[in-house]
Amino acid sequence: MSILSIQNVVKSYDQYTAVDHVSFDVPKGSVFGLLGPNGAGKTSLIRMITTITGPDEGQILLNGTRLNDKSPEQIGYMPEERGLYKKMKVGEHLLYLARLKGLSEAQAKKEIDHWLEKFEIKSWWNKKIEELSKGMQQKIQFIATVVHKPMLLILDEPFTGLDPINTALIKDEIANLNAQGISIIFSTHRMEQVEEMCDHIVLINHGKNVLVGEVNSIKNEYKQNLFEVNHEGDLPEDFKSHFELVGQNKDAVTVRVAENSDSNDLLRYFLEKKIRIHSFKEILPTFNEIFIRRVEETGGK
Amino acid sequence: MSKLKLIVWREYITRVRKRSFIIGTLLAPLGMLIYMLVIVGLSKYEGGSSTSVVVMDEAGIVKQLPDDSGVRYTITRDKTLDQLKTAVSEGSYDGVLRVPALKSLQQEDITLYYYSDKKLAPEKRNDIENRIAGKIRDFKIDSLRLDRSKMDMLATDVSIDPEKITGEGEDESKYTAGIGLAIGGIMAFIMFFMVLMYGQMVMRSVMEEKTNRIVEVMMSSVKPFDLMLGKILGAGAVGLTQVVIWVVLSGAVWMLLPLLVNIDPSQMQPVMSGTPQVDPDMVQAEGFHILAEISKQNWPMIIFAFIIFFLGGYFIYASLFAAIGSAMGDDLGEGQALTLPITIPIILAFYITAFVGVRNPDSGLMVFASIFPLFSPIVMPFRMAFSPPWWQIALSLVLVVAAAFFFVWLAGRIYRVGILLYGKKVTFKEIGKWLFYK
Repeated sequence: MSILSIQNVVKSYDQYTAVDHVSFDVPKGSVFGLLGPNGAGKTSLIRMITTITGPDEGQILLNGTRLNDKSPEQIGYMPEERGLYKKMKVGEHLLYLARLKGLSEAQAKKEIDHWLEKFEIKSWWNKKIEELSKGMQQKIQFIATVVHKPMLLILDEPFTGLDPINTALIKDEIANLNAQGISIIFSTHRMEQVEEMCDHIVLINHGKNVLVGEVNSIKNEYKQNLFEVNHEGDLPEDFKSHFELVGQNKDAVTVRVAENSDSNDLLRYFLEKKIRIHSFKEILPTFNEIFIRRVEETGGK
Repeated sequence: MSKLKLIVWREYITRVRKRSFIIGTLLAPLGMLIYMLVIVGLSKYEGGSSTSVVVMDEAGIVKQLPDDSGVRYTITRDKTLDQLKTAVSEGSYDGVLRVPALKSLQQEDITLYYYSDKKLAPEKRNDIENRIAGKIRDFKIDSLRLDRSKMDMLATDVSIDPEKITGEGEDESKYTAGIGLAIGGIMAFIMFFMVLMYGQMVMRSVMEEKTNRIVEVMMSSVKPFDLMLGKILGAGAVGLTQVVIWVVLSGAVWMLLPLLVNIDPSQMQPVMSGTPQVDPDMVQAEGFHILAEISKQNWPMIIFAFIIFFLGGYFIYASLFAAIGSAMGDDLGEGQALTLPITIPIILAFYITAFVGVRNPDSGLMVFASIFPLFSPIVMPFRMAFSPPWWQIALSLVLVVAAAFFFVWLAGRIYRVGILLYGKKVTFKEIGKWLFYK
């Protein structure tokens, strides 16, 4: 069952097609990475999911029903470009945003208290937004995004501008919310974060969906049968006639194993030659590499 | 509370709470009070030290002059000019005024000579000239043996009292036009001021939301149209609050002013315009006529129409300003080109009223301007005081309401696209395209 289903969605501005027949599903309870280079159409897509704009063609289902007037109350969105009303006080600002998401005044107060307490910033209630540092404002922004207990959370580069301590804090909270069953769409350029946090991804380029699936299976799909062997001594001379040597340094080699053989063949070779092995591991492609490869393959038009 | 109400409430409360609003609202009437005190004070200021003038009366017509407005007169006939000049340089007088003898009774102009090293203040110079002219007039009347009481009969106060032929409507007095002008002028000015000031306030606030990026968060919770409308309604409510406070405070100031400067209001007018004493009974009679004239106006109709025109004009222009604000970046200078087409009709409407309406409120241009919805909110309230045909008022009202709805709708179409567009210089051609986006 998917929390969000994008079905053949098209969005164009003038002659420019920002989103071109994109389809994918976000599984319920997943942390879903929405990736793509700048100008790929991510923001256009997010704006349609958050009902800021509507698709020209296709449809978007949230938890099985088409997006409607009530959908915004079930979605929490933290845009990359963030802002708050600088002259408002922290408490009333959060109250305002929470009530716009459909909470009653009492409910909103309760939730805001809970979050301020959790972040140990209860004393900020009467502070003006403009008195806060950028990182502090980001915390308020995060609370505003989650205060109405959305079923789907959309975070666009949520860690930019945060120091390592606050990054860890927000990361923990995201994990917490995910554990409570909230699905999260995570848009970022930072591939190490994708590998760390996401279980599914979609990659958009030139408005088209170029890669979608589970993180682990994508990695498997994109592996190139490369192994790194850390060994003692020199390589035997006939090594190259058996295996493809991709790289070599002082005491480690990177080897590509042919499609018809497997890693054990490589291991067996070293054992038979009585070469001592210190380490042996498969090199899986990083998301950075997959990302660049797919973008280059699909770009250039 | 619905979302729109929440937005209106926030727009209203955050503005009303601002220190600049509180200070501006309270200080404006206080500023007016100080201004009036200064005016009254200045007009009562008696030119500093008095000047002592010795009049060398060669003509023998001055005889004596009472001291007045800081000028002390000494009349002499038996001293020579040189003696008097010496007296001045010794400090006995400030100057010598030589009044040469008249050549004949037909003489129409005469030059007086004032000998002094000190400058004669223009006010005192006028005063002296008037007094000597009066003396010469008296001298001529006496010399010609004219009957003074018959002379007074020559002066006649003429005024036109317009009367209707068909007998419809109220009888008009000579005050009708003046009162109409005053009421209409005040209403036109309030309209002009409010539309321009609060329209631009809406625009700045839209731009602010766009540049500090809160709008992206807001858009994920509410519809763009609601946000825009909420802003327009909220700012409009702030404007009304301010006007109500000003009216109340101005009333209070008007009542307090006489106590502070120790004069009664009926004397204010003459003092301020600088005309000499007016018969208090006349003032009372005039006041009565004016009051009667004011109460003769169809006030319920005027107030009703004023409110409709105010709302119509405000919605038309505030929504246009909101649309332009959404299309603009944070660069006000660049936006000037975009705001100009909106401010021009407002200013034009005001100019039409000020230059054409004042001369002839029923001219063809005024009739057109009071019906055309971009002008009518400013022009029609002015014309209302001159009882235009009822069908023109009705047509104008219908059109302004329809136009208000149309422009709010139009602005909504522009706003929803413009507000999310960044880093692009926008042209009117492009804004035109936005109207047809899905």
